[in-house]
Amino acid sequence: MTFDLINPELKETRQGFADALIELGAENPNIVVLGGDVSGSVKTSLFKEKFPERFISVGIAEQDMMGTAAGLAVAGKIPFASAYGEFAAGRPFDQIRQSLAYSEMNVKICASHCGISVGPDGATHQSLEDVALMRVLPHMTVVTPCDYNETFLAVKKCVEVNGPFYIRFYRDKTPNFTDKNATFQFGKANTLIDGNDVTLVANGLLVWEAIKASEQLKKEGISARVINMHTIKPIDSEILVKAANETGLVITCEDHQKHGGLFSAVAEVLVQNNPVPMDYVAVNDTFGESGTMEELMAKYGIDKNAIINKVKKNLKRKK
Amino acid sequence: MSKNPKITDVNELNEMSRQIRRDIINMLLISKSGHSGGPLGLADIFTALYFNKLNINSEKPEMEERDYFFLSIGHVAPVWYATLARRGYFELDELKTLRKVNGRLQGHPAPLKTHGLPGIEIASGSLGQGLSIAVGCAIGLKLDKKPNHVYCVNGDGELQEGQLWEAIMTAAHHKTDNLTMIVDFNDCQIDGRIPEVMNLYPLKDKFISFGWEVFEVDGNNMNELMEIFEKTKMPNGKPKVIIAKTFMGNGVSFMKDDHRWHGVPPNPEQGKIALEELAPTKFGDFV
Repeated sequence: MTFDLINPELKETRQGFADALIELGAENPNIVVLGGDVSGSVKTSLFKEKFPERFISVGIAEQDMMGTAAGLAVAGKIPFASAYGEFAAGRPFDQIRQSLAYSEMNVKICASHCGISVGPDGATHQSLEDVALMRVLPHMTVVTPCDYNETFLAVKKCVEVNGPFYIRFYRDKTPNFTDKNATFQFGKANTLIDGNDVTLVANGLLVWEAIKASEQLKKEGISARVINMHTIKPIDSEILVKAANETGLVITCEDHQKHGGLFSAVAEVLVQNNPVPMDYVAVNDTFGESGTMEELMAKYGIDKNAIINKVKKNLKRKK
Repeated sequence: MSKNPKITDVNELNEMSRQIRRDIINMLLISKSGHSGGPLGLADIFTALYFNKLNINSEKPEMEERDYFFLSIGHVAPVWYATLARRGYFELDELKTLRKVNGRLQGHPAPLKTHGLPGIEIASGSLGQGLSIAVGCAIGLKLDKKPNHVYCVNGDGELQEGQLWEAIMTAAHHKTDNLTMIVDFNDCQIDGRIPEVMNLYPLKDKFISFGWEVFEVDGNNMNELMEIFEKTKMPNGKPKVIIAKTFMGNGVSFMKDDHRWHGVPPNPEQGKIALEELAPTKFGDFV
């Protein structure tokens, strides 16, 4: 696979969510969408225009939104509940735990504006803990697509699985580089670049950074494999164990706290199967602040340069 | 046909609710753990709904035409389990397994998919969540233009949970007139009387100002209950709430209207007295 690193197509992941929703709405009359007063921002307003009777406004009330979604699922609907990451996972955590996860309700939570990359809004709106919160819940599937195409596929396909989902994406335009006709299967990660010296396991926004890092490392004679771990739960253990065996060093890359997210999920697999040196590219146990996406990713150490530094620092740990 | 069909005679309904109270005491004596007060106070409402008002079939718990019943206060599970067993959803003998490991009668109602107890649509335990679910279900049924009615039992102390007021707004906004909420108004919560812990009153006015149609009833009077549930099905664009005045621990003199009986079971001696006060019925005990 080759990537246009100089001039990639830029597209919003949240638009991928909205476009998939509209297709789903046309295909299946049981698809309903709950709106929590941010329908313009999370782009569910596009569904509302097409299918007004199936757009259910609940106001600024995320706890009620999750319960209402559960009730709609009891009545046989397939509800999509959408909000910014912090308010989709953090605020209604107990409602998600009891009424969706424990009760195994067929509700799809779609969280936009996730991670520190949401930028200028500052720390209150930068959900850096949502993956950790959702990942500890039994029955929950947790997905972090890496671009527009993959967000579209994840949303389209989540209705094929009966049960609660948490799908996490972003606000800003980001490179759209995956093949829209690629096979996409929950729980099956994709190897985007082959390599033997180190494995970069990335998800979401950091997949593109990992690709850029790998290309630059190649010029310096370091061969970095890039795995797109779009599904964090259930995680693809097989591909991880194989990569650890073959490369002997694993660096995880995510726009999330280092605790409880991808770093933890990968470590949990490797520590049981084939422990190799590991390190993280993630936010290091701190809250964010205002700034642009690029500024914050640089300052908080979750960009291409951070990945390259972590690789070089850790290569000497290899046995 | 359900195994145990509906009851139309008020005297017989009263006898059934007394039997359910005896079942609650017997269950708690076996489990040695669980809530006494709320379940005893709600026995008449559960009997009225399950033995007369709800369109249900215990042989086909998931039949499409069923009325939907949600319990928002999962801790009163013993009254629900006893009612479901008496109505034929499962064998009476299973009432002996309340709160026991590997059992289906969890301390707080567990979802069908996890524990497999028929008649339970969704988990309940963490307070304040049931009404949102009931409203969502009512909206879903309206979208499909289905005639099913939705019922939700809430506590009065539970109304201190903010999520309930979110759901109360949502219900009125979406004109869910296919929804009847029942507030178990016993004026007791774990720490004492409601106005002492966190005042809720005037409750009726709050519901009216939120756009609901409000009914008040003696929740321990079967004649009144039979009448009131007929009035809440009016398709007038408004959700309905029945504020049902009950007594915590009703039917057992030393438990009645005493908040200290919220979360504890009777000891063997207290259980014996309770069962003497609740005279045996023609339906017979499960123990």
